[in-house]
Amino acid sequence: MDNQQPSRLFDVEQIRKDFPVLGREVNGHPLIYLDSGASSQKPNQVIDRLNRYYRLEHANIHRGVHHLSQQATEAYEQARETVRSFINAKNRHEVLFTKGTTDGINLVASSFGREFLKPGDEVIISTMEHHSNIVPWQIICEQKGAKVRVIPINQHGELIIEEFESMLNQHTRLVAVVHVSNTLGTINPVQDIIRIAHSHDVPVLLDGAQAVPHMHIDVQALDVDFYAFSGHKVFGPTGVGILYGKDSILNDMPPYQGGGDMIERVTFEKTTYNVLPHKFEAGTPNIADGIGLASAIDYYSQFEESEVAAHEQDLLNYATEQLLGIDGLRIIGTAANKASVISFLLADSHPFDVGTILDQLGIAVRTGHHCTQPLMDFYGIQGTARASFAMYNNRDDIDHLVAGINKAASLLL
Amino acid sequence: MATIDQIQDDIIEEFGIFDQWMDKYEYIIDLGRKLPLIEEQYRHEGNLVPGCQSRVWLHAELEQGRIRFTADSDAIITKGIIALLIRVLSNQPVRQVSGAELYFIDQIGLREHLSSARSNGLVNMVAKIKSTANTLAVMH
Repeated sequence: MDNQQPSRLFDVEQIRKDFPVLGREVNGHPLIYLDSGASSQKPNQVIDRLNRYYRLEHANIHRGVHHLSQQATEAYEQARETVRSFINAKNRHEVLFTKGTTDGINLVASSFGREFLKPGDEVIISTMEHHSNIVPWQIICEQKGAKVRVIPINQHGELIIEEFESMLNQHTRLVAVVHVSNTLGTINPVQDIIRIAHSHDVPVLLDGAQAVPHMHIDVQALDVDFYAFSGHKVFGPTGVGILYGKDSILNDMPPYQGGGDMIERVTFEKTTYNVLPHKFEAGTPNIADGIGLASAIDYYSQFEESEVAAHEQDLLNYATEQLLGIDGLRIIGTAANKASVISFLLADSHPFDVGTILDQLGIAVRTGHHCTQPLMDFYGIQGTARASFAMYNNRDDIDHLVAGINKAASLLL
Repeated sequence: MATIDQIQDDIIEEFGIFDQWMDKYEYIIDLGRKLPLIEEQYRHEGNLVPGCQSRVWLHAELEQGRIRFTADSDAIITKGIIALLIRVLSNQPVRQVSGAELYFIDQIGLREHLSSARSNGLVNMVAKIKSTANTLAVMH
């Protein structure tokens, strides 16, 4: 079954009906959910799939002789194929199931780092990284006597590519940057980054957590070496994610964790490891959520990418224009190329206060440093309030947000 | 001098007049604005209460068997709630502070602010007030 051909007309009002949570009230108001950057909501199709799996299909997978185990194995491996096709990976074994983006990055930092980092080596990240793409590198670099170097950004929140180019040298072992910034919304020029890094024979890891829900990812076209993302940000379950890696590199990397499934033969003297992808998937995996992720991808793939992107761009443009109309409101992150994420500050009021008042109105935004403290330091701020939009949001949501911020302003300023 | 519970009951009665959340928050914000500033010397890193979002500073001292504390926050709603906590707990006998049951928070509909999920420092602040009172009570 080719389930990834767009087959459904993009109609936001119909889409909203697929997401039961959008029909509920919070604090006596209809929920306005503008926190999809933190986690997206789930459509009935995913919820029903999980339900069916647990009710009728569950068994442990791989090596099971009985029917249920074989059926579950097939569904799980089919889910891997769905992901492969979704990101256009060349091979199914290059698609590793993880717990999420953080887990995927830790896998690479730990395994790639253990094998390839030497004292004096360098890993390049950027100022706008999520802590998940900072701390794993700090840990492994500290162990290995290697160094983390940071690509600077400009005030708009854009990477300074010339600086990046000059940072690459014979010590650079890896470039690990975010595809779309969770705090600023900046879409980084990852194609240029990959091209430049490859011209120095340096592999590239992309943190795709915020990119996958908003744009088409083709890992072969990008020629990216590692690509990590989370299921729960792309309408799927929590606790499952994907690490794509080129098999040429994955084959040279040692196992991340030891345990069941990842072995070929165990003796007390010497253990040999299983082939990809199992080498990196120790223990009973998150079967249900892997299958749930595939159903989320099937759901998302019903729609024409360009229509989803156009809708989200419209939301971003409309929200930007409306928010800038509010006295004293400042948008943090004004890159030319942005995904549907807006961080803002309301005059000198604390984002926490703004978020608290919006919550009273049933409007869910995120406040704080968004796990990007070095980025907050760059802007000299403690945090921001952030509204992030998914394909199920509409202009009405933004009108509510603007009214809510105006109410917050009347109370706080 | 009013007891901890008498003050809590007063606050519950005062909040009884608000039927709109807006009015309630307006009042809390106003309390936050009026809270006397913590002395600059006490607004230091060491007095910062661990918490994820808004920063809360707390300074406590003992005066004739009573605990007196001053506090501050960079978020005004948090600061307003701090003003209420100070009103209830400051200048009370140390032993009563460490064992106080703060039921007014629930009754005036601000429970979510003191839930550990909120991560705004208030929960840790109350814990710190109580543990400080505990320590001082033992010493006293």
